Amino acid sequence: MNWAAIAAIYRFEMARFFRTLAQSFISPVLSTSLYFVVFGTAIGSRIQEIEGVSYGAFIVPGLIMLSVVMLSISNASFGIYFPKFLGTVYELLSAPVNFIEIVIGYVGAAATKALFVGLVILVTASFFVDLRIEHPFAMAAFLVLTCLSFSLLGFIVGIWASNFEQMSLVPQLVVTPLIFLGGTFYSISMLPPVWQTVTLFNPVVYLISGFRWSFYGLADVPVGLSLLAIAGFTGLCLAVIWWIFRTGWRIRS
Amino acid sequence: MTTILSIRDLRKSYADGFEALKGVSLDIREGEILALLGPNGAGKTTLISTICGITTPTSGSVTVGGHDIQEEFRAARQMIGLVPQEIALEPFEKVMNTVRFSRGLFGKRANDGRIEEVLRKLSLWDKRRNAIKELSGGMKRRVLIAKALAHDPRVLFLDEPTAGVDVELRKDMWEIVAELKAAGVTIILTTHYIEEAEAIADRIGVINKGELLLVEDKAKLMARMGRKQLDVLLTRPISTIPASLARHNLLLGAAGDVLIYTYDTHADRTGITTLLNDVAEAGLVLRDVVTRQSSLEEIFVTLVKGETQ
Repeated sequence: MNWAAIAAIYRFEMARFFRTLAQSFISPVLSTSLYFVVFGTAIGSRIQEIEGVSYGAFIVPGLIMLSVVMLSISNASFGIYFPKFLGTVYELLSAPVNFIEIVIGYVGAAATKALFVGLVILVTASFFVDLRIEHPFAMAAFLVLTCLSFSLLGFIVGIWASNFEQMSLVPQLVVTPLIFLGGTFYSISMLPPVWQTVTLFNPVVYLISGFRWSFYGLADVPVGLSLLAIAGFTGLCLAVIWWIFRTGWRIRS
Repeated sequence: MTTILSIRDLRKSYADGFEALKGVSLDIREGEILALLGPNGAGKTTLISTICGITTPTSGSVTVGGHDIQEEFRAARQMIGLVPQEIALEPFEKVMNTVRFSRGLFGKRANDGRIEEVLRKLSLWDKRRNAIKELSGGMKRRVLIAKALAHDPRVLFLDEPTAGVDVELRKDMWEIVAELKAAGVTIILTTHYIEEAEAIADRIGVINKGELLLVEDKAKLMARMGRKQLDVLLTRPISTIPASLARHNLLLGAAGDVLIYTYDTHADRTGITTLLNDVAEAGLVLRDVVTRQSSLEEIFVTLVKGETQ
């Protein structure tokens, strides 16, 4: 393993994050506060408690997931797309590194940034609602796994994209609808039976359900299934990345 | 001299059938400067990209320091530094950080002392805290070289290092190359500026349409193909060359008013004095004399043209 290379990539990527630390910090605090003002206070006051949890508190896991998933994808896709766009990718391709090292460096940095923002949102949320975390280790595991798996997806998006429009295509057209329809702001049990079934084909449902369970012990689907889903998704992304580097698809001619 | 880089029957074809490299074989000696000359699209960059790992070869093999570039890619690539043709740098990053990144990427432990040496050598030390975007084009090119040198490579590829740079910077670049050679670095540079190859290379390779037409010591190539020509312009045209001038193997120009004498500049005697005496004795009156030397450019054009026909 070329540990020096992994560290170099990781540090280089994190430097970009630290250059804009204020933005990285202020933006999630502001958007989370807005969500709580609008959904938690204005609308939430008219919504009953969901299985014993106030609406404001209920949406916290979903809100964290929403930001973490979007940021993981954008961080990782930007991280690898930018060198392609600038042409600096030549250095990566000519360096004594294999794809595992490249992925650990880029995906690790993207996931770290998303994790940081996830924690910022969690802390911000604690100022607005009474949070309780019943399974802190499971919560941490779900959070880290989500950051990692969606950073892997972002990495794939970054390699696939050949322009900036395509970069935002997947997050906006695919991931945003999946997250909003995945029970971020509601329990699946609130939907009509037909839609409950349809929803089960949405992979994000498993993610949010498992994450919410780690907070309040409430789950739409069994926790084991949630873990299995996220592990399967991570495995799938890894397999795609392995194939990309084996064939050189979109990166090596 | 030992061979540091060995290329055997290297081929690269693309999906559309285009053959960018048609079986290139070449041995590069340790410590030499090899200039690869060729017109645009000749395959120079493809050759470099393939050796460096940016492009995957279709067939053939390359070893660097005895390490196969595919089987032992880590060992091979650690020995190589690449300065690309295009300026490709992260604009917001600081000079020092981007060079540190390159060193780490190639598996070397952080060593700011070594990076300082490299930056000083390239006159970049004062700019180390500047963001790349604040630098001039010439400075950016130096940063690319610093990045390529950050891991102390033994072989350095310079892909068109002076394309689009001003004369002063070009001279600077040549000096840098000379210093690197003095430090024992093997340098392979591509260029389509023939004077560049003429000025700094030890050996010259000519590549065209994916084929290496020749590789030869610059001095030998110039001597072999670099003939000089003396045109003796006469005041009055003649129809035939006088018999007394036969031993000079002269050619008569189409209008009959110029005698063309070809000689070897590297020979002990050029024979010019004798020729001019003989011309005078033959009763011919000179209007002017003109000498022309076939430059590397002409040699190159002749080779590439010969290939095309």
